[in-house]
Amino acid sequence: MSTKSSTKPSTEPDVSGATPDARSGARTAARTIQGQKNLQDIRQASKDGIGGSPLRPDGTLKVRGEFAYSSDLWHEDMLWGMALRSPHPRANILSVDVSEALAVPGVYAVLTHEDIPGAKYYGLEIADQPALAIDRIRYHGEAIALVAADHPETARRAVKKIRVEYEVLTPIVTEEQCLDPATHGYVHEPHEYKSHAHGNICHEQRLVSGLGVTDEVRALADVVVSGTYEVGMQDQAFLGPESGLAVPAEDGGIDLYIATQWLHVDRQQIAPVLGLPEEKVRLTLAGVGGAFGGREDLSMQIHACLLAQRTDKPVKIVYARDESFFGHVHRHPARMFYEHGATRDGRLVYADARIVLDGGAYASASPAVVGNAASLGHGPYVIPNVRMHAIALYSNNPSCGAMRGFGAVQAAFGYETQMDRLAAELGMDPVELRQLNAVKQGDLMPTGQEIDAPAPVADLLQRVKDMPLPPPLDLDDLDVRQLPGALSNTSHGEGIVRGVGYSVGIKNVGFSEGFDDYSTARVRLEVIGGEPVALVHTAMAEVGQGGVTVHAQIARTELGVEQVTIHPADTGIGSAGSTSASRQTYMTGGAVKLAAEAVRHALIEKGRRRYGWTWNDITLTGGKVVSAAAGPLVSMVDLLGDDAIDLTREHHHRPTVPFDKETGQGFGHVQYTFCANRAVVDVDVELGLVKVVELTAVQDVGKALNPLSVVGQIQGGCTQALGLAVMEEIIVRDGKVRNASFTDYLIPTILDTPPIPVEILELPDPNAPYGLRGVGEAPTVSATPSIVAAIRNATGLALRRIPVRPEHLTTERPGAL
Amino acid sequence: MRVTFTANGKPVEADDVWEGESLLYVLRERVGLPGSKNACEQGECGSCTVYLDGVPVCSCLVAAGQVQDREVRTVEGLGGEDGGLGLVQQAFVDAGAVQCGFCTPGLLVQTDALLEQESQPSDSDIREALSGNLCRCTGYEKIMDAVRLASARKCAGKAVAE
Ligand code: FES
Ligand code: FES
Repeated sequence: MSTKSSTKPSTEPDVSGATPDARSGARTAARTIQGQKNLQDIRQASKDGIGGSPLRPDGTLKVRGEFAYSSDLWHEDMLWGMALRSPHPRANILSVDVSEALAVPGVYAVLTHEDIPGAKYYGLEIADQPALAIDRIRYHGEAIALVAADHPETARRAVKKIRVEYEVLTPIVTEEQCLDPATHGYVHEPHEYKSHAHGNICHEQRLVSGLGVTDEVRALADVVVSGTYEVGMQDQAFLGPESGLAVPAEDGGIDLYIATQWLHVDRQQIAPVLGLPEEKVRLTLAGVGGAFGGREDLSMQIHACLLAQRTDKPVKIVYARDESFFGHVHRHPARMFYEHGATRDGRLVYADARIVLDGGAYASASPAVVGNAASLGHGPYVIPNVRMHAIALYSNNPSCGAMRGFGAVQAAFGYETQMDRLAAELGMDPVELRQLNAVKQGDLMPTGQEIDAPAPVADLLQRVKDMPLPPPLDLDDLDVRQLPGALSNTSHGEGIVRGVGYSVGIKNVGFSEGFDDYSTARVRLEVIGGEPVALVHTAMAEVGQGGVTVHAQIARTELGVEQVTIHPADTGIGSAGSTSASRQTYMTGGAVKLAAEAVRHALIEKGRRRYGWTWNDITLTGGKVVSAAAGPLVSMVDLLGDDAIDLTREHHHRPTVPFDKETGQGFGHVQYTFCANRAVVDVDVELGLVKVVELTAVQDVGKALNPLSVVGQIQGGCTQALGLAVMEEIIVRDGKVRNASFTDYLIPTILDTPPIPVEILELPDPNAPYGLRGVGEAPTVSATPSIVAAIRNATGLALRRIPVRPEHLTTERPGAL
Repeated sequence: MRVTFTANGKPVEADDVWEGESLLYVLRERVGLPGSKNACEQGECGSCTVYLDGVPVCSCLVAAGQVQDREVRTVEGLGGEDGGLGLVQQAFVDAGAVQCGFCTPGLLVQTDALLEQESQPSDSDIREALSGNLCRCTGYEKIMDAVRLASARKCAGKAVAE
């Protein structure tokens, strides 16, 4: 059996037009890797600068099938890596015998934790996760051993021949079990490598503002509503499986071509495990098929590198879909208790909440998720007295970490449900109640932080309410494919009830709580082929969000050039931070702006020295150096000559501080973003089937650098919210994942997804580059509650758990919300 | 075993194929056509959709041996005759229907097949035809736009030709 392809074309090396970096000898070895090609045709991109909607520079390659995703990478002589994963959520490992697996022809290496040359643990915030299980299993699917073989099937068969003896233990999976370690034990023993935790609590954050919530405060309210809410475990379910290629380099280091969200933090975690200094671990971004937070943690990175190190051959790992469900962190499932008090005329008096997030076996980003839940958990409302308590638990459930909306999603389901119940209790219109209490610029958050940028929450709600409604269901002129149940022809209109619901949400942009969040960009301007050409080099992970398009737009705007080349993202430049927290356009876009401005100043300075210009109104436009008063001065080509101007800048956002542990006070967030939604649903109340008829979104984006992408982000975010509302959940029973496939974990199809009309507002944030506001997450926070509200409106059911399932609709009794 | 078939009009041949291999694996790993994507390998996502003898199929569900002497057309074969983009490909780029793009190759083949059958599909027709192709990024709105755009261009093209 051979895996070598005789007809596979080898591809050219870097054809992006980039200046080669000083790299190791691995450059030659990596020449067949296609990833370098992914941005080649950016020079044909449209001329548009910011505010326009030029097409994606990688779009042409993507529709041709030529864009090299990480699972497409290929190297002559490469091996396939695969992991053995635990079938138990909690167990002691008594022995591991790899001898039979090693004997399989075509197998080059089988590794366990004993073969790790360096540090054995890693983690985003707490280094609590073993690269390969050591003595204990903490979740279903934990990796125990690795195989490298000449064909994926060989690897699969070898994995099956690894013999592991387990002592199976009862998993710690419920909140009650987690909080009672004396009876049920610890997921991590108290002495193990933890910084923030005690017992099975991974992290907690309290917040008290005003008078907090006391009997006196409660007495101020005329109406009180309270309830317990649950959110299931959602998965990012990006389509491109976790994958990458590790290539051993001549200098003893490793070159890793990888789909990730954050190259530098991957490297920080990988290098110590390999026992290598960071500079010997070089990462280049390969094509990424979606991320949504699921690639913020490591998955196969260390495994591929370990196998490459051991075999001295390139090793590729591509997860199958079930392995992808086991191999990345999910959205924290939550149990929340909320109590709100309001006056008779609808003013909120207090909010009290306890939010319990199941963080699973390892910490991942749980501490930051907890911080978000506590500091945003009261919603975009002015509430004089607030008490919040958010915790993340360690359990033997799958690990949870970053996913679009990051701690704000769960809370939004809680507080928005409460708003609807309060409105019902007060006999008020739910939108009016929200508007009455909406935050606006100048208000204080319960953290004490002033909202110092536009916060048009009431206006967003008004606009979404004013959008035209879809026409009512017309039973005489019906395409049954539009009904709940759609193609299954389950109804011809009988039993169908329509409902409408509203919601609004708040999300922070960028990394909070004192994290020094920054990004780095290098911009180079030179004459190529008789034209001024800008090169933009950052380590930003393009995961589909369109950052590469926006970077070119910024460079064109700042430098007055048409031609922009985007250098492949790699660790040859400083960190760009993560492609998450709606931060990349703000942070890396900001860095590109700073670097481009510096290049512009340097070029103008050169002109001043050469020509003695004294005007202060000089800009670059249309390839020329132009004075507003005196007109065109010289072409950039002439002024640049053979010189290149090549400058690197970092963009830091304004500093934030950690929240006080007990009171939650502090200037913790960089920027807030808001989205309002209206959902219209048809429910087949007999069968419990839901069809979302329309999902409308209105969002303030500060400044739309690329309106086409902005709208695309909002629609995509709404669709993931729809998934959480009515179908998406990883089912975990006794710590075991029951639906690790696209057959059983359902994400919305085009039939499940309605038209999503979007209106964007552009109220500039004075603190952000171009006044922009992070976009990607706000709709995912806000849209879910609107859909559930619409289903409640149609059915009269309380629906305190998401996703709403058919059995909830057919077995719950209508009653008070 | 050895498998021979035509891929995008060219004869190809793959040696040492293990009998459990899928057409998707053979295309991606053996004959240098990685355009069809591997997102579930279970027939659920449509990312691997190719034409087999003119009919769109999930190539992950087709055993390699089944394609002996048959005709396969992949996303790589959807281009225009001049080497430029095909009509459906161009529409997806223009409508902003490509974000991460992992779903795109499968959607392009399925859309091409839809428009071959019905050049002016209704929105319900489009949704029905594409319901086997998952996209996690776009929310499908721009995909709808792309199919409508391709349909309009195709009809306009026909009108001009007639
Ligand atoms: S990879 Fe074939 S349908 Fe998903
Ligand atoms: S564009 Fe990413 S899956 Fe469709």
